[in-house]
Amino acid sequence: MDEIFVIAFTFQTLRITIPYLLPSIGGVYSEKGGVVNIALEGILLMGAFFTTLGTHISGNIYTGLLFGMAAGLLTALIHAYITITLKSNQIVSGIALNILALGLTKFLCKIVFNSSSNSARIIGLETLDLPFNPFLLVCLIVLGVSYYSIYKTRFGLRLRAVGENPEAADSLGICVSRMRYAGVLISGLLGGLGSAWLAFNQHSYTDGMTAGRGYIALAAMIIGKWNPLGAAAACLLFGLAESFTLQFQDSAIPTQFIQMLPYVLTIIVLAGFIGKATPPAADGIPFEKKD
Amino acid sequence: MPHWNKYLNLSAGPLLSIIVAMLIGAVFILAIGHNPLDVYYLLFSETLGNSYGIGQVLFKATPLIFTGLSVAIAFKAGLFNIGAEGQLNIGAFASAWAGFTFVSLPWYLLIPLSILAAFAAGAFWASIAGALKAKFGSHEVINTIMLNFIALALVSYLVNNVYLVPATIHTPGISPNAVLARFDIITGLFKGSPFNISFLIALAACIFMFYLIKITPLGYEITTLGFNRNAARYAKMNISRLTVAGLALAGGFAGLGGMNFVNGYKHYFEIGFSENAGYVGIAVALIARNNPFAVIAVAIFFGVLEYGGLTINTMVPKEIVTILQGLIILLVISLSYLFDKKNFRIKHSPAIG
Repeated sequence: MDEIFVIAFTFQTLRITIPYLLPSIGGVYSEKGGVVNIALEGILLMGAFFTTLGTHISGNIYTGLLFGMAAGLLTALIHAYITITLKSNQIVSGIALNILALGLTKFLCKIVFNSSSNSARIIGLETLDLPFNPFLLVCLIVLGVSYYSIYKTRFGLRLRAVGENPEAADSLGICVSRMRYAGVLISGLLGGLGSAWLAFNQHSYTDGMTAGRGYIALAAMIIGKWNPLGAAAACLLFGLAESFTLQFQDSAIPTQFIQMLPYVLTIIVLAGFIGKATPPAADGIPFEKKD
Repeated sequence: MPHWNKYLNLSAGPLLSIIVAMLIGAVFILAIGHNPLDVYYLLFSETLGNSYGIGQVLFKATPLIFTGLSVAIAFKAGLFNIGAEGQLNIGAFASAWAGFTFVSLPWYLLIPLSILAAFAAGAFWASIAGALKAKFGSHEVINTIMLNFIALALVSYLVNNVYLVPATIHTPGISPNAVLARFDIITGLFKGSPFNISFLIALAACIFMFYLIKITPLGYEITTLGFNRNAARYAKMNISRLTVAGLALAGGFAGLGGMNFVNGYKHYFEIGFSENAGYVGIAVALIARNNPFAVIAVAIFFGVLEYGGLTINTMVPKEIVTILQGLIILLVISLSYLFDKKNFRIKHSPAIG
């Protein structure tokens, strides 16, 4: 293997890993606080579309980024309101938001770009920029900050407390709802950021472009045992596997089996074959304050 | 009439959700410069106003009845089946496989065999999640989601790498003996719509579920497990067996859903045929409150939306109905909090893991 190949392979792997990693860490924040966020897929779709729209309108990527992150944040806000304030079922809310996002992005795409399958071309970022790619830097910062904030700060302690034992946290005067909102909203921002990368990298929005990445991000979060570093490692593993299939198209293993890898691994990890994967104790359970 | 009140209460939330969703939809329609009344009038008159439209609606509703039942029976057992999408695909492929493999069988053997293959394949796929829960305690929510993606990759492999008809994305055609006839050919009604016999299988499945729950010991045990896990344990019920059985039944129902497309319409299996019917089934079961007969009505309403989208596509992008579907689900679960806090909400809000 020559040097150019190694570099190209590394860049390709990182390029694939970024849109898994950011939402995956978002998922960690959300679930550490006790809210299951299946809406990640919808957040990514919305983020990707609005990034494209913002860039298309303004002609610069910063406005696009702002649009994308705002769309992710707004989608997450709906999920937070329904599951935290209204205490409705988190799984159903997530699935409904994914359906809504699917419809809304296609609808708007047809209105704005006169096609329900793809947008006009936007500026975006060139893949070749990777060594100096701001997104890579952002990923590293997010990774460091997330680990530090979740495990070393008062915010993180409180977030984990409302995800593990909201009654106890509540009795200590921690506002459970506020912490849970924070977790879900951070996941919306990070999801928006991750999908902005997708749109910039592809220079457009295309129908269904997120292709289940929100679910893969969730899978990585579980395999990483609800730890940002673990999640990042799982994302990198998925990125490597995918990069490998792209590089060796005619290999003996059909691509579909590589595609299955994240999902099969998740099932194996959940079953406890590779250590024990324990979610936050109150993950998925609405908190009802006792009067 | 003491029952009327009860039914009115039960349907108030869903009806209000539908109305509010359509009002929000009207804002979208207005925003792009159309009159919402015209659009909604067109949507309902083109779907329910003529026999072709009704046929299309019932054709679209058929898989939703199956996936709705699938999610409903799992809910009855206290299990959340998000895997109907995968089970539907696996079942549909199995039905097609039976149809293009055993081509020499007469129809009275091949059709039951296809039904059996679809049911068994879906049941097998779902029971993987059941077995994982029973044996390792891992939650069915995340496992059924993962199994959806594995199922899609698996059928993609089977179609593209094993059974592909060159230059297409589908399998070989099934034997004419495996075809479920269209009603327009049998009766002359619903001319031109692919509405077919699999709708009757769907109705039979609803009746089957009703009696299963009402009179069989298994149905009683499933309901007990769903109602109160500890009670089931005290009564010395075999919880592992019930978990696997509950999900297997759910998967079986979902598996049958593909016959509408495979045996009744195109006569082959094609990637992407399911159009999210597995996920919409969650909405159907939720709004129908797991009642097998209510599932039929709700599935038909969603059928109206799905086919209705196509009828208004020249004025408003058809995706407006996908937006409506998403909004209706969100509103149903939100309004239930405001209206009847006790009855509607799913008791076992499942954590992932």
